[in-house]
Amino acid sequence: MDIQAIRDMFPILDQEVNGSPLVYLDSSATSQKPLPVIKAVDDYYRNDNSNVHRGVHTLGTRATDSYEGAREKVRAFINAESTAQVIFTRGTTTSINYIAYGYARPKLQPGDEIVITPMEHHSNIIPWQQAAKATGLTLKYLPLQEDGTISIDDVRETVTSKTKIVAITHVSNVLGTINPVKDIAKIAHENDAIIVVDGAQGAPHMKVDVIDLDVDFYAFSGHKMCAPTGIGVLYGKRELLEEMEPVEFGGEMIDFVDLYDSTWKELPWKFEGGTPIIAGAIGLGAAIDFLNDIGMDNIYEHDKKLANYAMERLSSIDGITIYGPKERGALVTFNLDDVHPHDTATVLDSEGIAVRAGHHCAQPLMKWLNVTATARASFYLYNSVEDIDTLVDGLLKTKEYFGNVFE
Amino acid sequence: MSLNNLDTLYRQVIMDHYKNPRNRGVVEGDSVSVDMNNPTCGDRIRLQLKVEDGIVKDAKFEGEGCSISMSSASMMTQAVKDQKIEDALKMSEIFSDMMLGKELESDLDLGDIEALQGVSKFPARIKCATLAWKAMEKGVKEEN
Repeated sequence: MDIQAIRDMFPILDQEVNGSPLVYLDSSATSQKPLPVIKAVDDYYRNDNSNVHRGVHTLGTRATDSYEGAREKVRAFINAESTAQVIFTRGTTTSINYIAYGYARPKLQPGDEIVITPMEHHSNIIPWQQAAKATGLTLKYLPLQEDGTISIDDVRETVTSKTKIVAITHVSNVLGTINPVKDIAKIAHENDAIIVVDGAQGAPHMKVDVIDLDVDFYAFSGHKMCAPTGIGVLYGKRELLEEMEPVEFGGEMIDFVDLYDSTWKELPWKFEGGTPIIAGAIGLGAAIDFLNDIGMDNIYEHDKKLANYAMERLSSIDGITIYGPKERGALVTFNLDDVHPHDTATVLDSEGIAVRAGHHCAQPLMKWLNVTATARASFYLYNSVEDIDTLVDGLLKTKEYFGNVFE
Repeated sequence: MSLNNLDTLYRQVIMDHYKNPRNRGVVEGDSVSVDMNNPTCGDRIRLQLKVEDGIVKDAKFEGEGCSISMSSASMMTQAVKDQKIEDALKMSEIFSDMMLGKELESDLDLGDIEALQGVSKFPARIKCATLAWKAMEKGVKEEN
């Protein structure tokens, strides 16, 4: 991969922040957008903007073709059988809420169990908590190993015939743990449960094949994979989506509307009430083309190389704690002794380095780690080993700056 | 901005309050207790106030957070102790103005608080500095 050529595609990276060249290490929060994506959205608004699936005029047809064309790109990207199984949503959070409201709540009974893990993002915890409270079903947690991984034996132990849903993240946004989704799916299915995968940190960084993984639902966000904010995807197996009820009712999703009753459109449109996120979907289509041109396998290798290099360099710093397993996705979460992560992030920002500090929308995991907050550096295809060197220099300066305080 | 510009944020007196927080702990006897957190970053504070005859007789805090939030809590408890409620609230108002970068015009003794003036140049950190003050406002309003 020619990193400089890739960086040139991301105009935002070419700037100084607080007097230093920007080093953007917060792609797990949101990725930057390449020119082809910015152009696709711009072109749409300049030339084709119109509402979709209605009217007979030419712009309407162009908008519909582009919107549905993006759906086909997503289908191919995750290897789904049909575009009927690709629902455009606002993002991962919305996708998971659709499952919790449209599938879990109407279908599950008191006594049924949903199994999740302590490493989940709030978006894969709270929808299930709320569903449990509303319907009297039980929420169960898989234990974590000391290094922040999940043991398959624990999955076998925890998932039982009472389990109806196993909901798990593909890649932890804090620990970087890459979960053995395929193996967990198998255990879920042996117990007649379904598996819901939060792919927000998975889909941007690795090839996802929903058929090979044999997952029942897979949710991800466009904005973490070079697409605009406000567009995401819910993939589901066809029979589950057929059974699942729409969550948003109104225009666009209906078949016939009577005074007292209505019927829904077929898949996937029955879940897309209201004017959809047309420009966002088109941007996501362009992002997929962009990522495919570089190659998801190349991106995976590149991100992995950066994660390994970061682990090696950061662990050489005295007084640093790194959280999570050795084998990991494209991020490193850490704390410096005696320096609060906000303070670390502020010092790094003064050097032009953007990292995330806080609880990363994973408060139960923070409790498990016995910290209130952490700092996180995350990487993507436009990052280089030099970015990590700059981070390490910045962390050494942070230590020096705060060093005198706690003498 | 070089690291030196950070000195406008991390003034010596701030780091002193961070390292040696004043009024950390719990108030003995009757008091009003306020829990407040900054949900986006995880800072949290438990502030206890003893208010008698319209005067803040004691103020103590516990909590976890960054240097700015904890030093601000330490300074705030110092500042409002033995103040009339209306003066404590006035200070909070002045503090908010200070965070917006406004010039300070006050005859109240703000003591060390003025050291936090530099926070206004770091917009992402303003919420850290105001957490304790918000807790104080809530506390005295509950007490009234």
